[in-house]
Amino acid sequence: MPDKQRQVITNRVAFLETKIPSYAAVLGITVLLVLWEIVCRLGIVPPLFLPAPTAILTAGWDMLVSGELYEDLAASLVRIGGGYAVGASLGIIFGLILGFSRWTDAILTPIVYSIYPIPKIALLPLIILWLGIGETPKLAIIALGVFFPVVINTFSGVKNVDPMLIKAAVTFGSNHFNVIRKVILPASLPMIFAGLKLAAGTSLLLLVSAEMIAAQQGIGSMVLHYGNLMITTKLMVGVLVLSLLGLTFNRVLQWLERKLVPWK
Amino acid sequence: MTTPKLVIDNVGKVFSTKSGKVTALDQTSFTVQEGEFVTILGPSGCGKSTILRVVAGLEEPTTGHVYLDGKEIHGPGPDRGMVFQSYTLYPWLTVKQNITFGLDLKGVPKKQQDEIAQHYLELIGLSGFDKHYPIQLSGGMKQRVAIARALANEPEILLMDEPFGALDAQTRAIMQEILLKVWEESKKTILFITHDVEESIFLGDSIYVMTARPGRLKKNIKVPLPRPRDYQNKSSEEFLALKLELLELIREESLKAVKP
Repeated sequence: MPDKQRQVITNRVAFLETKIPSYAAVLGITVLLVLWEIVCRLGIVPPLFLPAPTAILTAGWDMLVSGELYEDLAASLVRIGGGYAVGASLGIIFGLILGFSRWTDAILTPIVYSIYPIPKIALLPLIILWLGIGETPKLAIIALGVFFPVVINTFSGVKNVDPMLIKAAVTFGSNHFNVIRKVILPASLPMIFAGLKLAAGTSLLLLVSAEMIAAQQGIGSMVLHYGNLMITTKLMVGVLVLSLLGLTFNRVLQWLERKLVPWK
Repeated sequence: MTTPKLVIDNVGKVFSTKSGKVTALDQTSFTVQEGEFVTILGPSGCGKSTILRVVAGLEEPTTGHVYLDGKEIHGPGPDRGMVFQSYTLYPWLTVKQNITFGLDLKGVPKKQQDEIAQHYLELIGLSGFDKHYPIQLSGGMKQRVAIARALANEPEILLMDEPFGALDAQTRAIMQEILLKVWEESKKTILFITHDVEESIFLGDSIYVMTARPGRLKKNIKVPLPRPRDYQNKSSEEFLALKLELLELIREESLKAVKP
């Protein structure tokens, strides 16, 4: 009776192995945008509350051509670029110092960890008092926000280097300097990048908040400005620019990581 | 009688812990001749790795001295090549860059580094893998690269701390044969730590059996097997007789370690 004995073996984990076609990623976004457009075109939601995607794009194009967007974007880019660069470089340098020296670790690490949880935007009024109302406090607040995640990640990257890798280098006759340069630094690069990526989000958040509180120019102040005027389409252009900014930022960091950490 | 390559003279190691002093290694003396392959066989936790770390200069002995080529050892140095049990290849360097790590530190010219790397890649049977990263290699391949990395630095002696301990039995057997081939070609002096009885016989000219806590040399056995050896030696009568003898010695010690 071979027929009765036949059993079908089903792969119960097949759902884990399903191949997903590459258009799936585009599909979700497209469907969302089309639905959004339809909802707006049918007048279900008034344009004051939610303008149609096409309307936002048209407004964005107009603002780009007229040069209106350019000034705000340039101001924001200078702030976030400068603040991020300063915060990240200081964070990496301090993280390395904390990781290498037990004395600085013992003295400074408690300070770092007690300042870390403060939402940095709360310090903006204080920083404005110290540095005035120009560009410096905005740069400083972004640098501050970037500094902490970078310093903590760099520090733990250095601390978590496999001691066997260091021992191996020592048996090859490495001195202190070479152990740092050839083992500890490359070994902590993945963690440093984790900190840099975390800080990218923080820097964007701080940029917008700082610009909303204390700036005449910049995407953040533009969003607030058009919100007050109830010109929702232009407000949404600002949001769109911010989302593109964040996306680009992440892409650049990813590209850099692939260049510098090709072994992962 | 030629002067020995390596002299271990009364080396002992005592660790201070919260619950008092623990003797990891009792005072131990032995010598290794130039070009000799010496294996140290002992149960786990018998201080056999301590000997190796002292010779490597990674640990200071509590008593005694180590001499390499008549000169006393005070710290780590490129004259001793070390291969660890865990994979200690640098994940950010390619296979070739890993092999030339020590040469780079010494400031050997790039062109010469390339030639040396090529030579050792061929020796360990991994030519064509020079641009791979360690993550792309199997465990056995990684250890072969680690051996090449140690040899490329042209050490006076190769120190191996259970290098095949993490590998599966089949890979380990093949690695042992590769190591013997490498040893016969390079004529290096090798001090090899293992807890595997078969491994200690198959590889060694001379075996030192160690006792469990405190670590102490129990017996020195010369391996009567001819060279060159291959896997068929493992089923010869002399091999099996020696294996039985060693198994009994080790069993006693392992039992002691289990039942304190």
